[in-house]
Amino acid sequence: MGKTIIPIGPYHPLIEEPEFFTLTVDGETVVDIDMRMGYNHRGIEKLSEGMVFENSTFVVERICGICSTSHPFAYTRSVEDIFPMEVSMRAKYIRTIIAEGERIHSHLLWLGLAGHFLGYNTVYMWAWKLREEILDVMEILSGNRNSYAMFKPGGVRRDIKAEDIPLCLKKINSIVPTLIMLKKAVLDDPVLHARLKGVGVLSYQEAIDFSALGPTSRASGVSRDVRKDSPYGAYQEMDWNMIVTKNGDVFDKAVVRILETFESIDITKYCLENLPDGEIDASIKDVPVGEGIGHVEAPRGETFHYVKSDGTNRPVRHKVRAPTFMNLPTYKATVIGQTISDATIILAAIDPCYCCTERVAVKDDKGKMLYNGQDLVRLSREKTEKMRQRMGAK
Amino acid sequence: MTREEVLQDLRGRFGEDILEFLDKSPTRVYIEIKSESIVRMGSYLFRNLGARFQIASGTDMPPHIEILYHFILEDINVIISLRVKLNRENPEIASLAKEIEAFNWIEREISELLGVTFTGHPDPRRLLLADNWPECVYPLRQDYEEWDETADRTRGV
Repeated sequence: MGKTIIPIGPYHPLIEEPEFFTLTVDGETVVDIDMRMGYNHRGIEKLSEGMVFENSTFVVERICGICSTSHPFAYTRSVEDIFPMEVSMRAKYIRTIIAEGERIHSHLLWLGLAGHFLGYNTVYMWAWKLREEILDVMEILSGNRNSYAMFKPGGVRRDIKAEDIPLCLKKINSIVPTLIMLKKAVLDDPVLHARLKGVGVLSYQEAIDFSALGPTSRASGVSRDVRKDSPYGAYQEMDWNMIVTKNGDVFDKAVVRILETFESIDITKYCLENLPDGEIDASIKDVPVGEGIGHVEAPRGETFHYVKSDGTNRPVRHKVRAPTFMNLPTYKATVIGQTISDATIILAAIDPCYCCTERVAVKDDKGKMLYNGQDLVRLSREKTEKMRQRMGAK
Repeated sequence: MTREEVLQDLRGRFGEDILEFLDKSPTRVYIEIKSESIVRMGSYLFRNLGARFQIASGTDMPPHIEILYHFILEDINVIISLRVKLNRENPEIASLAKEIEAFNWIEREISELLGVTFTGHPDPRRLLLADNWPECVYPLRQDYEEWDETADRTRGV
C-alpha cells in the first residue's frame, strides 16, 4: 500500500502557534515525520544586542506569554554571572515566588489544553478555572497577570507588601482541595489510562540523547532539574521533591506536571510565609567586560541565556535557548510508529510554548466600562438558563 | 568524580587540544580548544562523563567566529564551555549531530545565522529563516546590512 503525506499546520486549529508538521503515514501508522518552523522567528537575540542591559529584561520577557518570567530570570542571572555577584535573600525569595506562581499556572494551562486536545473539555474548564486564582495572586503581587516585569539585573523591581501576603495565601490555599479532586479525576480515570498509557514513549536513553529537559525528561526517569542540580533563588531553603516517573509516555508527563503543581504550591507558600527582610535591589551600575551564563528551570525545562559584555552598556552577544528548542526534536523518537490520532496529543505532550493573554473588558467608544469579568459570567449564566428553558429542560 | 578530578582528567586527556583553560568560578569553566578537537572532546564530555549538552552559542568577533559549546555536569554543578575560534572567511567545523541528536538543531541554526559550515551534518537545511531569505546573508554577522527594502525594522525606541 502506498504512503500518504498528512500536513499538520502551519495554522492548525488545535496547535495554537504556527508550526508545520508533515506526517508520512502508511495506513494509520506514522512512518516518518518532518517539521518546518520559523514562522514566529522575531530576531529577539539581534534586537536585544541593540538594547542597554536593563531594557533587555523587558524584551526577553516578551519571548513567551506563558513562561514570561523564566526568560528575565535566566537573563538577569547571566548578567549577574558576569561579575559574578549574588542578589539579596529577599530578592531571591521574591524571584522564587514569581517563578513558582508561573509554574503553577503554566502546568494548569497545559493540563487544560491536554484535556481539550483529547476532547475532554471538563478537565479543560476546571484547570483553567483554577488557573484564574493563581493569575489573581500574580496580579496582586506584580500588577499583571502575565509579563510581570519584576526582574532587573541585581535584584527585583518591586517589593511584596506584607499586607498582601494573607490574601495571596488564602487564594492559593483555596485551589488545593479542587486541585486534589482534579488530580484524582485525571489520574484515576480509566478512559484517560486507556488513551494515554504507552502512547508516545520517550525512553530514558532517548531523553539523554536529545538532551530533553524539564517534565519531558523527568517523565522518562531522568532526574534532572536545575532547581536541584544548580541551586539558585531560594530553592535550597525548603524541602521539596523532584517528581520523576519511569514510563516516558504521555500519561507520565501529565502525572509529573500535576504532582509538580503541588510542590510549587508548597514552595510558594513557604516563601510567602518566610519572606526575609532586607534590600531588594543591588543597583548595578556598570557591567564589566566578560561573559555570563544564566539558567533556570522554566515550567517546560531549562531556559538558558548567555550574555557577552565588552564593557559598554549593551550586550555584544545575547543567546537565548528556550526549553522547547531541545524538547521539540524528540518528536522524531515519540511519534514514529504511533497512529495519526495519537500524533496531536504526543506533539502537545512536551508542552510546546503557547502564547496567550486572556482578559476581557467591554468598553464603549468613550472608554467607559460596560461589562467587567463578573458581568460576563452573569450574562453567560443567563444565556445558558434561557437556552435550557427553550430546550424544555427544568 | 569531584570537580577537581574532572578538570584534572580533561587536562590530562586533552592536553594537546587545549589552548586556554579558564577556571572562572566554582560553577563555570571555559576551555578554549583547537577546532579539530571538538568532536572528540564534545563526545567524551557527553558520552563518558555524562554531561548534558545545554546549547552552543556563536558570536561574530572579527577576525574570528567564536562558538561556545556549553555542557553541564549536573552531579557536580559545573558548566564547562568549550570555546573554538574559526576563521571568519571560511568558517568550518566538524558536526557532532551525526553522533549526538541534541546537536542537530543548534548546528542548523548557527549555520544559517552566522554562516558556519558544519561538515558531515545529516540534515543541513534551514531551521528558522524564511524561504525567501537570500543565500549568504547572515543576520548575526557584525557587517549584516538590511537587504529587504520593504522591511520596517523600527522599534519605536
